[in-house]
Amino acid sequence: MSETTSPGGVPLLAMREVRKRFGGVHALRGVSLEIERGEVHALVGENGAGKSTLMKILSGIESPDAGEMDFLGRPWRPTGPVDARRGGIAMIHQELALAPHLSVAENIALGVEPRRVPFLGSVSPLDLRSMRKRSEDVLRRLGHGDLDPGRRTGDLPAAVRQIVEIGRALASEASVVVMDEPTSSLGRRDADRLLELVGRLRDEGLAIVYISHFLEEIRRVADRYTVIRDGVTVSTGRMADQSDEGLVERMIGRSLDAVFPPGGRSPGEIRLRARAIAGRSLPVDASIEAHRGEILGIAGLVGAGRTEFLRCLAGLDPTDRGALEIHGRKIRHSASVRSRMRAGLGFLSEDRKGEGLALAMSVGENLLLPRLRPIARGGLLSSRRMDEAASVWLDRLAIRTGGSTAAAGTSSGGNQQKIAIARLLHQDADVLLLDEPTRGIDIGSKVQVYGLLDRLARDGRTIVMTSGHLPELLGICDRIAVMHRGVLGPARPAGAWTESSLMSEAVLGGADADGEEAA
Amino acid sequence: MTVAKRVEANDPETPWLGRIGRLAAPFIGLFLVLGIFVAIEPEAFASARNAQTIAVQTVVVGIGAIGMCFVIVSGGIDLSIGSVIALASVTGALTLDAGHSPSSALAVSAGTGVACGLLNGGLVTSLRIPPFIVTLGMLGIARGLAKLLSSNQRIAPPPESVGWLEGFVDKTPEPSWLLVAPAVWSLLVIAVVAGLVLRRTPFGVHVVAIGSNEQTARLCGVAVRRTKIVVYVLCGLGAGIAGAVTLGRLGVGDPTTAVGLELQIIAAVVIGGASLSGGEGGILGTMIGAFMLSALSAGCTLAGIDNSVQEIIIGGIIVAAVTIDGVRHRRNRA
Ligand SMILES: Nc1ncnc2c1ncn2[C@@H]1O[C@H](COP(=O)(O)OP(=O)(O)O)[C@@H](O)[C@H]1O
Ligand SMILES: [Mg+2]
Repeated sequence: MSETTSPGGVPLLAMREVRKRFGGVHALRGVSLEIERGEVHALVGENGAGKSTLMKILSGIESPDAGEMDFLGRPWRPTGPVDARRGGIAMIHQELALAPHLSVAENIALGVEPRRVPFLGSVSPLDLRSMRKRSEDVLRRLGHGDLDPGRRTGDLPAAVRQIVEIGRALASEASVVVMDEPTSSLGRRDADRLLELVGRLRDEGLAIVYISHFLEEIRRVADRYTVIRDGVTVSTGRMADQSDEGLVERMIGRSLDAVFPPGGRSPGEIRLRARAIAGRSLPVDASIEAHRGEILGIAGLVGAGRTEFLRCLAGLDPTDRGALEIHGRKIRHSASVRSRMRAGLGFLSEDRKGEGLALAMSVGENLLLPRLRPIARGGLLSSRRMDEAASVWLDRLAIRTGGSTAAAGTSSGGNQQKIAIARLLHQDADVLLLDEPTRGIDIGSKVQVYGLLDRLARDGRTIVMTSGHLPELLGICDRIAVMHRGVLGPARPAGAWTESSLMSEAVLGGADADGEEAA
Repeated sequence: MTVAKRVEANDPETPWLGRIGRLAAPFIGLFLVLGIFVAIEPEAFASARNAQTIAVQTVVVGIGAIGMCFVIVSGGIDLSIGSVIALASVTGALTLDAGHSPSSALAVSAGTGVACGLLNGGLVTSLRIPPFIVTLGMLGIARGLAKLLSSNQRIAPPPESVGWLEGFVDKTPEPSWLLVAPAVWSLLVIAVVAGLVLRRTPFGVHVVAIGSNEQTARLCGVAVRRTKIVVYVLCGLGAGIAGAVTLGRLGVGDPTTAVGLELQIIAAVVIGGASLSGGEGGILGTMIGAFMLSALSAGCTLAGIDNSVQEIIIGGIIVAAVTIDGVRHRRNRA
């Protein structure tokens, strides 16, 4: 199982054969993990593999059903998160765990506030001076000495909020810090800074467990890795001894060849035609033609205007110039989202949690929402008929959830995305505008989404999709256009692009990219 | 886009400026109310006597609102407070009637409130029922109990038995250098203590943390259940004391008193800058809100404006205050 053993001596931290069940779900079926002093240890695996659960057990939030843990040569049995923090292990959570209304200093001290008159218990006056000093010390250590500990945490940008959370871990003198997908809510630059910080903390002697989907990040910071799949440790070793492909194959448990569907689709007549459309959110005219049975990709950097373009097509952002046709029928600028949906347009938001799905509503309700009338009988919805209608889609798209009545928020990211796509199909859209359809879902689910998009195109649907991941566009699209600072370039066959030509047009704009191609 | 906006929020800004901004609205509202009535009824409204009346009227709403402020900041709500005040005034009156001292009556009223708060908090935390529902139930239960205990009658203990409770709320106090009723001074002291507890103790920070992000609070080892129970108990304690004050003012325990008072109390807290979604709110603002409401009703009475119209005005103010709260939030989040 393990490809390299730890280099002599007792590890700082060892977890052996840890098991955990949630009701019927075996989250962990025997995971082992060893962490050395002063290392960054990458914990990788697909969504649902059990990474977060394992770390919650380590940091005292969940208790294991079975298995052993040793820390600093002694058995490790934290009774709760505060106990674990005091004992030296702190976790920084996937969803930022800060109270936005409290100040930075209050958040850092939360749960372990210094008291001026200790015997008064929790109504003792706070020792504000030492609270402030403690925060200033850790913030300075984190390179944010200029941040005022009195600031309201909710007013800070996401990257700084994350620093506050790391500060909470450091303030308790933790010697092991667990970071669960710390960059998932950060932009590129902030993510870079965070990675530097991780390196610096390691150099100070901290051990860091780093969970991330992004192999580039892991490559940059990690010394060793452990892969878990379906709640079992499948591989561990030194990063230097393992290739990216090897890591991915261990994560998904199969070979990489089968990631993209084979080509050979034959697009038909033009179905969507936008000529020089523009609006408030899309200042420069944009034109596009998409065919029946085609997947058309739009590449570009974050903020290039891809989302705005798709939203203009869908009627979510207003347009005031240009012409839009679907199936040869003209769509007026004032046409509502609803009437565009009736004409066959379907839009998938890039913001799945905020906008795409109502996470508290059931899977079935989410899926059927745009077209409830055919399911109703005499104007009334019955849960049986909703369940039937939803189950058809769940089966057809192989969506794994707790059934059509479970809350959508309980499914994994990949399955949520499939629910959102299924909704467009239930709505009977034949032009699908998909904004970042594979964002934030793990590799296994991505492969399934690729297969699904391919099938939909072969069935005659038209797909316009954006993606920040160039190999993905090259692997699945028939044609690709690049958007640069709000200007949409012409679409060219995918075969005419390379990753570097896409990138240079995305960064530099059309004219320069053309020059490079000619050269 | 969103990223750019978030970065803007990073501009250095003095934190107290934000707090003053939050307190500006209640102050403006208060001055508006005072200004209008001084203009309509200059003689009667701007008199020392009227000021004393308003101050005494503030006591009941104010004491209730302090407890309510803790509840709302923790992300909860207590709709039962009006009924609990009535129940406490009845139990206090029964105590006096049975020949006990005014101090025992106060203790019994307070105990009644605490018991109701304990029940509210216990049900909210153990059954995981939304506080809105639990306290709506308590609203009915406490009111019914008050009527049951009093056989649907006002309990009128012998006037002399009310003792110091009456002087406690006397508009023209003995000695006169107190200027306003001792109850008003007590309210001020309680408010100062409550303000310090909310801002300057671990307990207070925990209350804010629970209202702000309950998961986080749990993660950081905050005793979420216990803190919530204490918060409802505080609110009940406030209601109990307010019941005793009502008893002192009316001289009777009235099972039908304080109907709809929960609205005024919640309004005072919200006008004072609290957010009904939790995490935000303060005692100073709450006090201003309470004072504004009693100035409003005293002014309306002086100006001969009908009770029903008063209720409409207060309803409108609540909607306005919550709207302002909503606007502020949207701006903060954008
Ligand atoms: N509190 C919980 N209740 C029920 N199931 C859970 C709970 N937490 C995690 N799971 C399940 O355990 C499995 C592992 O989840 P998790 O540890 O979050 O994976 P990862 O972090 O690797 O994506 C998933 O199938 C998930 O649905
Ligand atoms: Mg996870």
